[in-house]
Amino acid sequence: MNILNLLILIPILTVTGIAVSKSMDAVRKVAAIGMFLQLITSIVILFVYMGIRKSGVTDEMVLMSDYTWFTTINIHYTIGIDGISAAMILLTSIVVFAGIFASWEVSNLQKEFFISLILLATGVFGFFISIDLFTMFLYYELAVIPMYLLIGIWGTGPKEYSAMKLTIMLMAGSALLIVALFGIYYLTGPADGQHTFNLLELAKNTMSLPAQRFFFPFAFLGFGVLGALFPFHTWSPDGHASAPTAVSMLHAGVLMKLGGYGIFRIAMYLMPQAAAEQAWIFIILTSTSVIYGAFGAIWQKDLKYINAYSSVSHCGLVIFGLLMMNKTAMDGAILQMISHGLMTALFFALIGMIYSRTHTRIISEMGGLMKVMPFLGVVYLIAGLASLGLPGLSGFVAEMSIFFGAFQHDDMFHRVATIMAISAIVVTAVYILRVVGILLLGPIKNEEYKLLTDATWYEKISTLSLLIAVAGIGIYPTWLYNMIYESIGPIAAKLIVY
Amino acid sequence: MEHIPLQYFLILSTLMFFIGVAGFIIRRNLITILMSVELMLNSVNINFVAINRYLYPDQMQGHFFSLFIVAIAAAEASVAIALIINIYRRFDTIEVTEVKEMKY
Amino acid sequence: MSTFNYTILIPALPLAMFLLIGLTGHKFKALVSGIAGTASLGFITILSYITAINYFWGTGMVNDVYQTIIPFNFEWLNFTETLQVKMGVLLDPISVMMLVVITTVSFAVHLYSIGYMKGEVGFSRFFAFLSLFSFSMLGLVLATNIFQMYIFWELVGVSSFLLIGYYYEKPSAVAASKKAFIVTRFADFGFLVGILILSYFTGTFDFGILTNPLTSPVASFVGTSFMGISVISWAMILIFMGGAGKSAMLPFHIWLPDAMEGPTPVSALIHAATMVVAGVYLVARMFVVYHLWAPDVQEVIAWVGGITSLFAAVIAITQYDIKRVLAFSTLSQIGYMMLALGVSGYGEHAGVGYMASMFHLFTHAMFKALLFLGAGSVIHSVHSNYMYDMGGLRKYLPITHITFLIACLTIAGVPFLSGFYSKDEILVAAFEHNKILFGIEYLVAGLTAFYMFRLYFNIFWGEDKVYHHTPHESPLVMTIPLMVLAFGSIFSGYLPFSHLVTSDKMAFTTHLDYAIAIPSILIGFLGIGVAWIMYKKKTDIPDRISAALGGFYTTVYNKFYFDEIYLFVTRKILFNIVSQSVAWFDRHIVDGSMNGIANVVITSSKKIKSLQSGQLQQYAAVFVAGALGLLLYVIYLLG
Repeated sequence: MNILNLLILIPILTVTGIAVSKSMDAVRKVAAIGMFLQLITSIVILFVYMGIRKSGVTDEMVLMSDYTWFTTINIHYTIGIDGISAAMILLTSIVVFAGIFASWEVSNLQKEFFISLILLATGVFGFFISIDLFTMFLYYELAVIPMYLLIGIWGTGPKEYSAMKLTIMLMAGSALLIVALFGIYYLTGPADGQHTFNLLELAKNTMSLPAQRFFFPFAFLGFGVLGALFPFHTWSPDGHASAPTAVSMLHAGVLMKLGGYGIFRIAMYLMPQAAAEQAWIFIILTSTSVIYGAFGAIWQKDLKYINAYSSVSHCGLVIFGLLMMNKTAMDGAILQMISHGLMTALFFALIGMIYSRTHTRIISEMGGLMKVMPFLGVVYLIAGLASLGLPGLSGFVAEMSIFFGAFQHDDMFHRVATIMAISAIVVTAVYILRVVGILLLGPIKNEEYKLLTDATWYEKISTLSLLIAVAGIGIYPTWLYNMIYESIGPIAAKLIVY
Repeated sequence: MEHIPLQYFLILSTLMFFIGVAGFIIRRNLITILMSVELMLNSVNINFVAINRYLYPDQMQGHFFSLFIVAIAAAEASVAIALIINIYRRFDTIEVTEVKEMKY
Repeated sequence: MSTFNYTILIPALPLAMFLLIGLTGHKFKALVSGIAGTASLGFITILSYITAINYFWGTGMVNDVYQTIIPFNFEWLNFTETLQVKMGVLLDPISVMMLVVITTVSFAVHLYSIGYMKGEVGFSRFFAFLSLFSFSMLGLVLATNIFQMYIFWELVGVSSFLLIGYYYEKPSAVAASKKAFIVTRFADFGFLVGILILSYFTGTFDFGILTNPLTSPVASFVGTSFMGISVISWAMILIFMGGAGKSAMLPFHIWLPDAMEGPTPVSALIHAATMVVAGVYLVARMFVVYHLWAPDVQEVIAWVGGITSLFAAVIAITQYDIKRVLAFSTLSQIGYMMLALGVSGYGEHAGVGYMASMFHLFTHAMFKALLFLGAGSVIHSVHSNYMYDMGGLRKYLPITHITFLIACLTIAGVPFLSGFYSKDEILVAAFEHNKILFGIEYLVAGLTAFYMFRLYFNIFWGEDKVYHHTPHESPLVMTIPLMVLAFGSIFSGYLPFSHLVTSDKMAFTTHLDYAIAIPSILIGFLGIGVAWIMYKKKTDIPDRISAALGGFYTTVYNKFYFDEIYLFVTRKILFNIVSQSVAWFDRHIVDGSMNGIANVVITSSKKIKSLQSGQLQQYAAVFVAGALGLLLYVIYLLG
């Protein structure tokens, strides 16, 4: 059996296990064990993948298997991975694993919570291993729907509003997406007269240029909404602020990455000429979004809002890197997806943990938390440093690759956009240090906070698993960078490479 | 045997039907509305029987159909009256305009 | 070559110590971390000395030229097939010299801190950060390529941030650490863009390739211009921006005085001797490129250095916080070094500025670290940073007093002490290049002598002030480093620098130029004399002078209002105007339009909703009307 099927099978078994378990403790233990197995599987898959590559296989996708699902319109269940999806799978499993531990203390409707959470994760895993566009889309919807419940039921603040807003905006994105999907399906000339959803088959032929021009914006914006592309990002601050911890982690950490991944794998891969033609519009949007998100973050008062705006800025950089259309920048963009996924999940986990102690997320009401919770404080500081791109942590490598790649363009337009994007590193430093300064350092503002406790064992597992990944990528990025670099090849070859 | 022309039946049934329609639309009392519905059903029954008799005297489908309708009308009337009784219990009225609890 | 393989230990050991102390420090008694950190630093100090001796007087020189030795270089990241980032160790005269400077001062500071930081909360955290800093700084000077340098450049920035904010419960320390990080970060933005431009054109990061005067790919792009200026000049001035940020040159100097919020040993190590000279080191490292292909930028460097040195010296006169006086003095001295690089030529005697700059860097590290540690010893016993709380301390702190005096004499340029020799070389270089800069430096020499002795007399002479308890001499663990550094301050001037560290790595001979040396000695003594008159006994001369200067004095005292300008730009413009309006725009315009779409849907659905009255009879009427309509249509229009 294809080992990739395990990625779907394990969550389903876990969900079943949760459904039949009786006590609250059993539920979370089953969830933790299931996601631990998932993490192990992801790591094994990574090694299997590297082994296959080492043995000289140069196929675009490996570990493929194909089942016909619906003959009439030729939908298959086709799975397979390349270096990019292998990396994304690892990211997802780390974040989900950390997310389970971050929601250890969920007490309200615990069973349902974990079931929805794992279903969401299943959708994401399925998305990353799918090659068939239709099943890919199916999995994507599977990931979006539990989100509504998770925010609407277990959220805080104006949760119904946020859940509704998030779902509607993402669904609007899906609507655009499905238009693009059928456009691709019907208008990409098939060799044997049979239309197909298979990504690899589709990539062999190209659509006519007018069709590309028409459908590229649909696909790009459809995924762009998910990737928090300015100005379609406003679901993200509200959604994140209301969502429970693990959901924010998963959402910002993984689900938003589906956007970047989709833009890369579907929009740009299948419609390369239109991508090259229209890139300038989106470069303007994303470079704005990078600096805009950073400035927006300075003024926020709520920790989650700060992080949400910071995500807008960082995810803007992802799409910016992709649009630069050369291997270095694209590699950087994918690394940035992974790095931001880990970082932001870590942030949200920490914010959740701090909130559960202080019962506020308004930074000005807190202060000097480093003194009372040194573990969380130090981890927050490190996450902040990763976010502002400190060498030795994952953000740096990703940002540098994007900037170096972007700088390979020698026209004025790209230069200005790049320098604008680079200047965000200064603004990022400002808002990160502002938060660190107010939240963690300085005197303790509230006497009651002196009684707060530091992280518990499950919180330590949650944060450390993310932190180790952040530092690991930062200190020794080469293997990941090279793995992605190889896999970008076929896609970059279709784009105009500078 | 003296034949009553078909038109007479048709005119009667048409009259009955439109009286039923008018009653259904205009009256506010649920019982009257139910009676109007019965009127419409019966006008159709007359049509069935009459047309059957005049056009296909050797066939029986029209008669069967009208019997069928009578049965259904009976069932329908019993359900409707049960509903009406319940509505009366709940709202103390059987005015159709007063029953709007489910209206948004 | 393989003889230098062990040099990898020099940066690796502090990193190991950082991880060890950082992760396990809280499990042991605090002192254990201190001793472990100090011991490991002692070990690498010895290694560095061995390296220096081996390099300068052993295998380093081949055919009269000091070789660039790269014992260790591994691939860290391949940006593209051709553009690679490597991590390695590069030994050449300046990096070996920097090794000696950093390890010596760092070791002295480690030792000193065991006494100074005794009993502080987070003692082991302090040593962990010191190790992190040592690692980053050593990695910076040993960098084989400009990107590795940038990486460690950021790391020293963050260790500086952590150490300035060591007393993190003190709001002023937190603010200072933020300021230091953000200002340098802003400068690093320039640095990064500079690297991007340079690497785009040359396709390499490697110092060996970039700075080769004969084969450097830089040469072929000098002709390419952008907005009237050569692209190489653009790149190099942006890179210098990074250097200016770290070295606190005008206009990025504002973070350094505030950085004095950190513990004094930190100020001595980072903000006097090592990190702040990273900018000088960077310019020296890229000196060939500056000199040969971006002479316009080199001129800028000279002027920035000159103006900063004057500017800082003037401010230093008016300050009362002894650490701030020293901070401005540091600025001023680094200005000297920058100026020396700016006026230097290449090769043989023309490169005297280069040599002088490195020489001054070396001697300055010794005497400035000594001054800071001495000031720390004073602060330790008086518990105040302000000189008006001090006076007559020479009786209580004899060792501190003597060593501090030595340092003051050294920085004032008194003959036969190290500062005299290095400063003299700088003046020679400036004289040969530009008379105005030379004049500025003469003036600064006098001012330096004056403010240093103002400091000295205010602390150690004059009447006793009211002390909480009788000031006492610091413990031996603190005074030994003072003595070691005093030794260095006196004798480091006798090192034959022109034989060791030169622009083209070939030895040349220099001699004292009496025509320049003698006036500079005189002006130094003049400064000391004026300070003697004004501050040895309490007089009202300083007050009268400051009153006579009026507004100018206030302006200088407030550091020419640079902080206020920065505050205005950041707080008022960036925070209040830009980011507040971005936040508003996002909430109201962008999100508002999304909510607006939703509202349109809701309103229109409310309008349409009344059609669905729920009245069965209405539906029936419509239905019947429709049916009749259809009927009529079928009968009359179709029929």
